Amino acid sequence: MNLTAIKSIYAFEMARFFRTITQSLISPVLSTSLYFVVFGTAIGSRIETVEGVSYGAFIVPGLIMLSVMTQATSNASFGIYFPKFIGTIYELLSAPVNFIEITIGYVGAAATKALFIGTIIFITAFFFVDIQVAHPIAMVAFLLMTCISFSLLGFIIGIWAGNFEQLQLIPLLIITPLVFLGGSFYSVTMLPPIWQTITMFNPVVYLISGFRWAFFGAADVPVGLSLMAISLFMAACLTAIWWIFRTGWRIRQ
Amino acid sequence: MAAIVSVKNLRKTYDTGFEALKSINLDIEEGEILALLGPNGAGKTTLISTICGITVPTSGTVKVGGFDTVLEYRQARSLIGLVPQEINLEPFETVQNTVRFSRGLFGKPRDDAKVAAILESLSLGDKATAKVKELSGGMKRRVLIAKALAHEPRVLFLDEPTAGVDVVLRKDMWNVVADLKATGVTIILTTHYIEEAEAIADRVGVISKGQILLVQDKSEMMSQMGKKQLRVDLSAPATTIPASLSDYDLALEMDGTVLVYTYDTRKERTGIRRLLNEMADAGLQMTDLQTQQSSLEDIFVGLVKDNA
Ligand SMILES: Nc1ncnc2c1ncn2[C@@H]1O[C@H](COP(=O)(O)OP(=O)(O)O)[C@@H](O)[C@H]1O
Ligand SMILES: [Mg+2]
Repeated sequence: MNLTAIKSIYAFEMARFFRTITQSLISPVLSTSLYFVVFGTAIGSRIETVEGVSYGAFIVPGLIMLSVMTQATSNASFGIYFPKFIGTIYELLSAPVNFIEITIGYVGAAATKALFIGTIIFITAFFFVDIQVAHPIAMVAFLLMTCISFSLLGFIIGIWAGNFEQLQLIPLLIITPLVFLGGSFYSVTMLPPIWQTITMFNPVVYLISGFRWAFFGAADVPVGLSLMAISLFMAACLTAIWWIFRTGWRIRQ
Repeated sequence: MAAIVSVKNLRKTYDTGFEALKSINLDIEEGEILALLGPNGAGKTTLISTICGITVPTSGTVKVGGFDTVLEYRQARSLIGLVPQEINLEPFETVQNTVRFSRGLFGKPRDDAKVAAILESLSLGDKATAKVKELSGGMKRRVLIAKALAHEPRVLFLDEPTAGVDVVLRKDMWNVVADLKATGVTIILTTHYIEEAEAIADRVGVISKGQILLVQDKSEMMSQMGKKQLRVDLSAPATTIPASLSDYDLALEMDGTVLVYTYDTRKERTGIRRLLNEMADAGLQMTDLQTQQSSLEDIFVGLVKDNA
């Protein structure tokens, strides 16, 4: 294992993040605050409680997940797409590193950035609502797994993307709708039965539900199922990455 | 001397079906400067990319320092530094961070003094903390070299280091290459400028249409492959070449005042003495004579034409 290489990739990527730290943090904090104002205060004043929790607090886990998933995906996809775009990928391909090391470096950095942003939003939330965390360890675990698995997904998107439009396409077309329809702002039980069934095919439902359980001890789906869903998702991403590097798809000619 | 890079029956067919390398065999000696000379599209970049691991060989093997570049890629790649043809650099990062990154990527422990020394040797010492995008084109090319040298490789590949560069920068680059050679690094550079190969290489490999046509010591190539010309100034202009001299490859130039004899230096006898005698017999008086060696360019054009 070329640990030095992993560390170098990780540090180089983090440096990019810290160079633009203000932009990196301002936009998620601002948009989250807006969500709190619009959903938490304006709409929340009409909805008393959901599953025994004030609406403002109820949306916190979903909001964190929303940001973490989109940030992890876009950071990781950009991280590996950028070297392709500016041509510095030649160095990665000619270095004595294997795909595991490259993946750990890039995905690790993207996941760290997402975790950073998730934590900031969590802190921001404290300014708006009262929140208690019922299962802190589970919360951290869910958060970490989400950061990592969506960074893996972003990594795949970055390798696949042939231009900047494609790079934006998947997050815009798939992740945002899945997250919005994944129960970020409502409990799945609030939907008509037919929609409840359809929603069960949305993998994000399991993640948000599990994460929310860690906060409030109540969930739409059993926690075990949530854990299984996220593990499956992660395994699928890892398999895809393994295949990509084995075949050199879109990387090595 | 043992070869530090050994290429055996290397073929590369791209996914498009285009065969860019057709069974390349090449041994590169430790410490030499080898120039791979060939026109655009000859396969120079493909050959370098395949040795360095950027493209996958279709068949054949490459060994660097005795290590197979596919099976023992870690050991093999650790010995190689690559300066690509295009200036591919992270624009917003500082010069020293970019070079440190390269060193780390190749598994070498952080050594800021080493990085500083490399930058200094490439006259980039005062640019260490400058952002890459603030540098001129010539400096960026040096940063690429610094990156390639950051892990202290034994073999350095320079892909067209002076393509599209002005004369001053080109001479500059030649000095950099000469300095590198002095440190013991083996250098393989590609170029389509013949004067570049002529100026800095120890050996020249001529590549065209995915094949190596010839690899030879530069001076040997020039003397062996070169045609020489003997130019004889005549005291009185001649209108025709006397029939008695028809066995020689002769031509009249400058309104018949210069007789040009083209001969092959590889032949055992050049025939000069006999020609001069027979010229006297034919009544041609000479006032002066000189010889001219054909340049690498003539050799190269000849080779590529023969191969077409
Ligand atoms: N990725 C690729 N896919 C298909 N053909 C390629 C690819 N890269 C290069 N070629 C072709 O291979 C030939 C050799 O290219 P290259 O090695 O770049 O030549 P050189 O460096 O000598 O100019 C060219 O005809 C080029 O069009
Ligand atoms: Mg080229």
